Amino acid sequence: MPYQSLKGLKGKLIALEGPDGVGRSTHIELLQEWLEVQGYGVLTTGWTRSELMSKTIASAKQGNILDPWSHSLLYATDFADRLEHQIIPALRSGFVVLADRYIYTAFVRNTVRGCDRQWIHDVFGFAIVPDLVCYLRIDVDTLALRVIESKGMTYWESGMDMRLGADLYDSFKKYQGLIIEEFDKVAEEFGFQVVDARRPPEEIQEALRARILPILKEGRTKRINKAAAEKIAAEKGILGKPALVAVEKPAEKIAEKATAPAPAKEPATTA
Amino acid sequence: MTTPIIKSPYLFAHPYPGKLIVVEGIDGSGKSTQLSLLRKWLESKGSNIFFTEWNSSALVKETTKRGKKTKLLTPMTFSLLHATDFANRLYHQILPPLKAGMIVLADRYMYTAFARDAVRGVSPSWVRKLYSFAIKPDLAFYFRVPIEVSLSRLLEGTRAELKYYEAGMDLGLSPNLVESFKIFQSRTLAEYDKLVDEFGLTVMDATLEIDEQQEQVRDIVSKALATYKPKRGTHVKREALFWRRFALPESERAQGEADRA
Repeated sequence: MPYQSLKGLKGKLIALEGPDGVGRSTHIELLQEWLEVQGYGVLTTGWTRSELMSKTIASAKQGNILDPWSHSLLYATDFADRLEHQIIPALRSGFVVLADRYIYTAFVRNTVRGCDRQWIHDVFGFAIVPDLVCYLRIDVDTLALRVIESKGMTYWESGMDMRLGADLYDSFKKYQGLIIEEFDKVAEEFGFQVVDARRPPEEIQEALRARILPILKEGRTKRINKAAAEKIAAEKGILGKPALVAVEKPAEKIAEKATAPAPAKEPATTA
Repeated sequence: MTTPIIKSPYLFAHPYPGKLIVVEGIDGSGKSTQLSLLRKWLESKGSNIFFTEWNSSALVKETTKRGKKTKLLTPMTFSLLHATDFANRLYHQILPPLKAGMIVLADRYMYTAFARDAVRGVSPSWVRKLYSFAIKPDLAFYFRVPIEVSLSRLLEGTRAELKYYEAGMDLGLSPNLVESFKIFQSRTLAEYDKLVDEFGLTVMDATLEIDEQQEQVRDIVSKALATYKPKRGTHVKREALFWRRFALPESERAQGEADRA
């Protein structure tokens, strides 16, 4: 976005990706609660939730006559609107932004629907790169069970527009299978943090927190280094430092606890 | 992200039997008038015409209207919305008649986006990539006109007012509507001039009288359509073949044809 300066974004952008029904929004809610308890300002933003576009996209889905280009472009417009009106302002004022889906969802869906991969990358060329992308990875059989148990399968989540199978279930399995396959590729390409989403929710949440903590700390030290370090050193001298340590210590402890069980189970996920 | 060579379909001739003719120019250049006269002429010659207009698909138009009303639109979302509208119309309105061998007339095409978005500060190379799914028109007229002429046409003509976005008021160039229009449209004009060479637009002198321009337009269109074989007319030859299956008695068929005529 050449007309907008991206300097001075002190917040952190964390995106959660994964197929429909994997539990992204549940975990976003839990993460928001957890971060706010720690005193972070949190903004959550979700796919198709922009003020400008949410109505439009809803009515487009009703009509279900969309071609792949306008489909992708509608989502791109929604994303641009949220980027400019929500994400960038929040990052500028130091919020942690939790994104329920990010541009990678568009990459995946677009490719599965047979559009040119390079084109969709180009379209979203104005996006900013998140500090962290966590990918909730699941196999399609577990996903199908989970979706049926919770809210049931819907037309779009089953990719019925692609006519892959005779009924919702067949179509869901084929469509989400393709989605997961493509997500795996994108995850590798863009270096996602992979979390095994077949595990119980508490464990998934713990694994997510373990990955988010170091990112938050990274921001802290950077900020201290850049702007405040000289001032603190000059004005307060030693007084500034103990306060810093006090803030960071409890976070470290949680981090140690949280990271401990995660790596042990991780190889199973990637294998 | 590295992009080696962008192979855009809009740089090559399309493979369809129909013809796509587009008009471009700033507001008040008279391009819509010329296009509707061209349409009249082609229709009078018996061609099947399909007409499509910039930012006219129902879905996107409503959003743009809402966005304009609330002044929520940014250059980026403005640009993307127009691209969405274009994609939607290309897929549903432009391609089917072209494939069926019809003539499609478009009031504004992607060049409008290239010119306006550049003025609004969106990256020109990004916009070109955005529209890389588009097809190249067979003929693209650009109606070039000085700002003063277009402005007087808009103020003294049928509309008698300038619109907020038409005057580029969203860019904050000037609090005065007319001043803002002048600045915004001159910049758009400069961008159009760059596009003429890049995309081989056919430049028309839009200060001439309406009928003089139209004469030139029809001349150029006739030449461009020299190789075009209209789909219409063939069905007269096939009339007998078409009705044979139903084996209507001769008298009834004559009656039916009389009804249709």
